Amino acid sequence: MNRHLISAADLSRDDALLILDTADELAQVADRPIRKLPTLRGRTVVNLFYEDSTRTRISFEAAAKRLSADVINFSAKGSSVAKGESLKDTALTLEAMGADAVVIRHSASGAPHRLAGWVRGSVVNAGDGQHEHPTQALLDAFTMRRRLGRLDGLRVTIVGDVLHSRVARSNVLLLRTLGAEVTLVAPPTLLPVAVGSWPCDSGYDLDAALPKTDVVMMLRVQAERMNAAYFPTVREYSRRYGLDDRRLALLPEHAIVMHPGPMNRGVEIAADVADSPRSTIVEQVANGVSIRMAVLYLLLGGAEAAR
Amino acid sequence: MHALHPPGEDSGQARPDPAGNSRSAVPPGSKTVLGSEEIRRALTRIAHEIVERTDGASDVVLLGIPTRGVPLAHRLAARLSQAEGHPAPAGSLDITMYRDDLRLRPARSLGHTEVPAEGIDDKIVVLVDDVLYSGRTVRAALDALGDLGRPRAVQLAVLVDRGHRELPIRPDYVGKNLPTSQREVVRVLLAEVDGQDAVILGQDSAEPGADGAAGAGR
Repeated sequence: MNRHLISAADLSRDDALLILDTADELAQVADRPIRKLPTLRGRTVVNLFYEDSTRTRISFEAAAKRLSADVINFSAKGSSVAKGESLKDTALTLEAMGADAVVIRHSASGAPHRLAGWVRGSVVNAGDGQHEHPTQALLDAFTMRRRLGRLDGLRVTIVGDVLHSRVARSNVLLLRTLGAEVTLVAPPTLLPVAVGSWPCDSGYDLDAALPKTDVVMMLRVQAERMNAAYFPTVREYSRRYGLDDRRLALLPEHAIVMHPGPMNRGVEIAADVADSPRSTIVEQVANGVSIRMAVLYLLLGGAEAAR
Repeated sequence: MHALHPPGEDSGQARPDPAGNSRSAVPPGSKTVLGSEEIRRALTRIAHEIVERTDGASDVVLLGIPTRGVPLAHRLAARLSQAEGHPAPAGSLDITMYRDDLRLRPARSLGHTEVPAEGIDDKIVVLVDDVLYSGRTVRAALDALGDLGRPRAVQLAVLVDRGHRELPIRPDYVGKNLPTSQREVVRVLLAEVDGQDAVILGQDSAEPGADGAAGAGR
């Protein structure tokens, strides 16, 4: 394993499987009377969140606390960032406080990479701009493996706002490493220009893709990042790319429905579909804690020299 | 992988052997101290001692410490149910997250923990390991147990006690007391993991990687 987790592309197949296997064991901790392990006692994990987040921040916080690490939460609102402090100065402050790991979410792609050059501890990317969100990809792969028993050869269709999605990019890279076949389906305006160079297929027709799919992952329409008209109306988007009951019926019997959250019910996913037993959306949240425990353990649990 | 286990390294964790020689016969300079027949008899004796000491073993839960404590726990469970006619639950207890030497080495992969459905509350838990050495593994196991429940009593069964304790811990059931020097290496091979049953006493070989790294601590 590298010292940092910045991109899903940094993970070899063995690294990724080690994280998934470790998470499998750590998932048991959630069912125990005492949901805590002493492993990271005396280590400090800083959650540095420059962008709003509910589940990722809480998930990292829960993961670090279950491993007995000390957690310092930092959000841009109500900190010196509001007074204009730069990322580097914030990083040096954290360094002086002895952070063993920094979990960073930032609206600028590449911020975690810059941070890794400034601090001695491990940097974990919790989402940077439109670039990557590797722990989300890991928890998605973990959820697929738990539900369907394998990843090799699995047909995964990722649908929706691929252009603005860091989840999609990390998933494509990681699932490729793990042997799954990924297809992106989106309106042409919401596919990145360079999608041809990604290790996956792409298309525009959701109805055609669904019958050949084991996992369908719906992406949130990221209205806050849209500074142009990418589709005519929300209703039209929903008609062509939303997952409703009719489309759910096109999926093979065993197929599962995933969504990284937060959902726009009625836009990319119908409420009935989100709440159906084939949806893994709540499971993904629980699995997120196990995956983040595994990542923190593997980055911080061993000898300094090895990191 | 390390050829030399640091002191405090108690039980063998799963170490893949790149040379694949863990299944080979006794390496030169080593001798077999227990063969498969002796191991079988030792386990049978331990099983009978457990029955005696726990009043029929009705509340006993056997928890093996990975890697080689787990098959030993299952073998003991089979003997207990044979002797007493009721099944004895067996499982495994991984202690990696509770070790006191985690920071001395790169992060280790975790073993499997599987507590029998009956749980451990108010049971007599018998911890099972292959080699008892410094006692640090057992210390970690006691901490791990405390997070899983509250047993009525905890006992310790080991196939080999090689001495050199670093903590105030003693076994309740011992297959064989094996006086060793700290320079020696005790390796336990079990059919379930290594394809054969044997306890081998060897010299600490200086060449790195020469140790088959199959069994437990030095």
